[in-house]
Amino acid sequence: MKMELIQPFINAADAVLSQGLSGTTKVGNLSMEENAYRRKGVAGMVALTGDIEGRIVLDLEPQTALRVASHYAGAELPESDGLIKETIFELANQVVGNAVCALNDQGFHFRVHPPLLVTSAEGDKTSEDVEALMICFETGLGNVFMNVALRYNKRRMSDHVATSAKAGR
Amino acid sequence: MLKLEGEIAMEQFAPVKRSKDGQPVRYLIVDDSVFARKNLARMIETFGGQVAAEAGDGLTAISEFERTHPDIVLMDITMPQMEGIEAAEKIVQAHPEARVVMVSSVGYQENIVAALQRGARHFVQKPVKPEVLYEVIKYVMGEDGAVAAAAGSGV
Repeated sequence: MKMELIQPFINAADAVLSQGLSGTTKVGNLSMEENAYRRKGVAGMVALTGDIEGRIVLDLEPQTALRVASHYAGAELPESDGLIKETIFELANQVVGNAVCALNDQGFHFRVHPPLLVTSAEGDKTSEDVEALMICFETGLGNVFMNVALRYNKRRMSDHVATSAKAGR
Repeated sequence: MLKLEGEIAMEQFAPVKRSKDGQPVRYLIVDDSVFARKNLARMIETFGGQVAAEAGDGLTAISEFERTHPDIVLMDITMPQMEGIEAAEKIVQAHPEARVVMVSSVGYQENIVAALQRGARHFVQKPVKPEVLYEVIKYVMGEDGAVAAAAGSGV
């Protein structure tokens, strides 16, 4: 997976988390996920279709998710509160939305799908075609993990290149 | 003490009222995320506004608009059943005076242009900064809105 594809998501997550959590965010470990994805806690997934296809999962350990959701809510939430899931969904949505804006400026077109809760403990195994990268963001409230698995849509890409060439870009 | 996104500006915003009757500006908040709706509702309160209704999709937004006739609609784009741009278009077709502000994280040029062409008055990128939304509200209300002196400001 090319870094030019990943970087907008890292930048977006950094910006969204820094603003929302009112503190600095440090980009920690980056690792390729060669095996099946293992969920850490409360995980929201946003799928993308279009010139680039795949999905982004924002995953927080249960206690971190509770702290983050409580921070946004301005009050301590009970562990079972549905707002915890909603908070993670919205953060995932904001990260993807902001990243997609940057990629759209480069001429890529997408459709962003509403977030879904990842309920299975283990996700699909990555392939050569769709590699996944796990990025850890260290925040004052705990670690936020972002798992990005994207690939160029080959048919769309050839159209994109042809259109760009025609336009003399 | 935890600091809220909206709380940052709690004392900074002079209330925006309706100029015709001095009543709070009434809002319809449309977003499939409960979290986002709560966040916007909290900001609106800091602007001296009132939440007339909430909706989680475009279809419900249309019926809630018909029921409550809000002064401003804050509308997300990516939603189930009916997306925000389509809902905005339908509302504005039926009520050309409707003030719809799109509030979305998917704020690229194409989406912004599509929303504006189909009747939205403005676009605010998520994560929403209270000070940005406040300025947009004042702009969109135009002469129909009046900024009152902030309580306790001594002005």
